[in-house]
Amino acid sequence: MITIEINGDSRQVPDRMTLTALLEWLKIPRDRVAVERNLEIVPKGDWDTVVVAERDRLEIVHFIGGGR
Amino acid sequence: MIERGAESSQAKRQGMSVTDRYSRQILFAPIGREGQEKLRQAKIVIIGCGALGTSQANLLARAGVGAIRIVDRDYVEESNLQRQMLFEEADAARKLPKAVAAEEKLKRINSDVQIEAIVADARSGNIEEFTSGCDLVLDGTDNFETRYLLNDVAVKHGLPWIYGAVVASYGLTLTIVPEHTACLACVFPEPPGGIHETCDTVGVIGAAAGWVTAIQVSEALKILLGRREELHGTLLSYDLWTNRRQGVEARRQSGCRTCVARDFVYLERESASRVSMCGRNSVQIHQRQPRPVNLGVLKTRLSNFGPVQANQHLVQCRVGDYELTVFPDGRAIIKGTQDPALARSLYARYIGS
Repeated sequence: MITIEINGDSRQVPDRMTLTALLEWLKIPRDRVAVERNLEIVPKGDWDTVVVAERDRLEIVHFIGGGR
Repeated sequence: MIERGAESSQAKRQGMSVTDRYSRQILFAPIGREGQEKLRQAKIVIIGCGALGTSQANLLARAGVGAIRIVDRDYVEESNLQRQMLFEEADAARKLPKAVAAEEKLKRINSDVQIEAIVADARSGNIEEFTSGCDLVLDGTDNFETRYLLNDVAVKHGLPWIYGAVVASYGLTLTIVPEHTACLACVFPEPPGGIHETCDTVGVIGAAAGWVTAIQVSEALKILLGRREELHGTLLSYDLWTNRRQGVEARRQSGCRTCVARDFVYLERESASRVSMCGRNSVQIHQRQPRPVNLGVLKTRLSNFGPVQANQHLVQCRVGDYELTVFPDGRAIIKGTQDPALARSLYARYIGS
């Protein structure tokens, strides 16, 4: 396991996961979020190749459609 | 058509001076007298007049934006009054179209401002007409599909638009200036599929809508005044209940289908969903791209609103005067109306689109 920060909280997650795998592990649907890693948004096309590393800081921003 | 900066308003007849009326805003250095005149010359369009749209219109009409066009497909209901700040009990009792009720109220607030109310469902076939001649577009919609349509039309015509959305206590906003900033599709290439949380299913607090519109309107003023270097430049969110704020830098993506390849799929296709009349007093909503719906989840959710029946093939729920029947591929039949716009609205509220 490695320790990373997700939305300000410290979390233990399995090592060597891609962003896609991490989102699956967190049970977050990939079409509902944008992900920033160490202050840079990661394009969705790169989620299958970017591997999460120790002490990474992620911001997972939830996409919503409400407004009434 | 509406004229910018009309001369013989009620306010002028009553002897109100521009200097008094806007004095506190003119004192604010980034606006000043020159900025106030720019606002008077400006014309904006608000698409969707619910929690977000009413608040945007209220702030911008009071600020003296010269012309405001408001497009909305719904009518006022009692459950709107908790947060949709331009509406009153009498509007709900009269079932007034929201655009019309907003126009009446805004004219009483600031008779200097030209208000144009359009009662319509914003679609690919009419959106360019609604945005034409405007300096910017404010997002007050309640669904993903219309927002991708707004992104297409704004990028195509180089028109700034300000995405904003709210659910529960969480709000999210992004300011899009075509060619200069990321567009919605740079950040979220596709709208999410399946069932979504909406204000009609998990609720919303008025303050969260107020937070979103405070940001949207501030950004709108900066754009109208030509102060783009002061835009916040992020995908910005705030949860007013957990107190968590996120601001992530939104960058243009070289592979963006919309703002780089200029492939305006939402504008060019008729619509993501097709509406057809089916039998007497019912409307079918059919997704062009199947978007599978989890019937079990939907059944649980709809049971908050009325009696639900379900089997492996469909979920059926009675909500007020309407009966919603939803199939696993996202298709729905809305009984109790012949109005496609109302059917789309009910779909957006209870299933999400």
